[in-house]
Amino acid sequence: MKAALEKIGIVGMTVTEVSGRGRQKGIALQWRAGEYRVDFLPKLKLEIVVKDEDVDKVVRIMARSAWTGKVGDGKIFVFLVKKAIRIRTGESGEKAL
Amino acid sequence: MAPDLNGTSDADGPRGGFILWRYGKEEECSFNNDDSFGILALVGILWVLYGYSLSFGTDVGGICGGFNWAGLMQVGQEPSSVYATTVPHLAFMMFQAMFAIVTVALISGAVVERIKFSAFLVFAALWFTLVYCPVAHWVWGSGGLLAKLGTLDFAGGTVVHINAGMSALALAMVLRPRKGFKEGDPMEPHNIPIVVIGAALLWFGWFGFNGGSALTSGGLAASAFVATNTAAASAAFTWMILGWVHRRPTILGTVTGAVAGLVAITPAAGFVTPLAGIPIGVVAALICYCCTLFRTKRRVDESLDVWAVHGMGGIWGAIATGIFASVAINSAGADGLLLGNGLQLAKQVVGVAAVMVFAFVSTWILGRVVDAVVGLRVKEEEESVGLDISQHSERAYGSISQ
Repeated sequence: MKAALEKIGIVGMTVTEVSGRGRQKGIALQWRAGEYRVDFLPKLKLEIVVKDEDVDKVVRIMARSAWTGKVGDGKIFVFLVKKAIRIRTGESGEKAL
Repeated sequence: MAPDLNGTSDADGPRGGFILWRYGKEEECSFNNDDSFGILALVGILWVLYGYSLSFGTDVGGICGGFNWAGLMQVGQEPSSVYATTVPHLAFMMFQAMFAIVTVALISGAVVERIKFSAFLVFAALWFTLVYCPVAHWVWGSGGLLAKLGTLDFAGGTVVHINAGMSALALAMVLRPRKGFKEGDPMEPHNIPIVVIGAALLWFGWFGFNGGSALTSGGLAASAFVATNTAAASAAFTWMILGWVHRRPTILGTVTGAVAGLVAITPAAGFVTPLAGIPIGVVAALICYCCTLFRTKRRVDESLDVWAVHGMGGIWGAIATGIFASVAINSAGADGLLLGNGLQLAKQVVGVAAVMVFAFVSTWILGRVVDAVVGLRVKEEEESVGLDISQHSERAYGSISQ
């Protein structure tokens, strides 16, 4: 996904390691003897801010490059960003992206 | 002299290994609360002040030693006339210190993440004095009850492992489970690499315990060394297979197997043939694996499984000593069941039973008493926040993402 985004000029992103739970209901892991269940599995959360007109294109590219067809592919949520500011220069709006 | 000091410093290897082994298995927020380090310090002091004397001093009714060696009076650089006559008395005393320290530290495994640190120190000091020292005397002291009976314990299967295992179980039951345990919250070991490093150090250090218990360099130490490694390897392999049968071989299972094997061979190492390490290790893994499952099913929060691995492993080891022992290996020992001598097995069983009952009952009582006077358990909020912060004002991992 990184490579696909880079190709269209999107380089900046924030990645967070999270623990998440979907409808899989976790997995069973093995202990010293016997098992235990874990609900929250490690996942990655990716945050990107893009121009309004690019949203559909970026969402399409992300969905395509992350797809495996298996449970656990994840979700994309689109949020409205009210303001964006580059701290170093003070630029705001689209120039800050 | 060199071999005994080597044995003593090698026997100190487990100290580091043991700490790591424990640390990795606990939950992140109570990592620092592993009381082992405090215990290492406490027992180290008590041992030289009076512990050694109470365990090995002049016999008092077969129950414990006297105070003739308190404060290391008359324990100097000359060998003792009674114990380890080829090495300096101080060296023997120090070697024995390792066993005392480890035994007390083992019990802390039963109470992780919910015991009040101050209460535990009080409990540990009392337990050391009233349980460890007498049992050590019974088995290893000149004139001790079980020593006179003829119960064999080469490097502490009974004194250390059965003692600690049964006591851990009693204390865990007195203390009741951690919050969330009954509901089945997964108490995932938080750092397996640390556990593995710890296990590796334990395996290495155990050679010091078992080999060093020969008290002199030479054939017997070598034999014990081989038996130890063979048992550890056999048990590790067996536990690995058991995990595989369940679903997959796990590293946590394999290293636990190794420890079970090390525990089981401990009383036997210098009395049985090296190859006897194989059946001893294999059976140890089987027994301890089943006991771990049993303990989990009964929902007893003794989650580091001191009882299942050390207690039950030690019991099997003591019995195995009665089966596999041979005078050809160690003339100071005896022949076991396989060589036609069923009496030794009987002596082992008596010894095992005596220590099992004494350790469990006295720990139960001691736990109740300390609970009544000082209060053993932390408050509920303290337990939720994690003992690192509530008991020690310290974070093991000080970054935001925790």
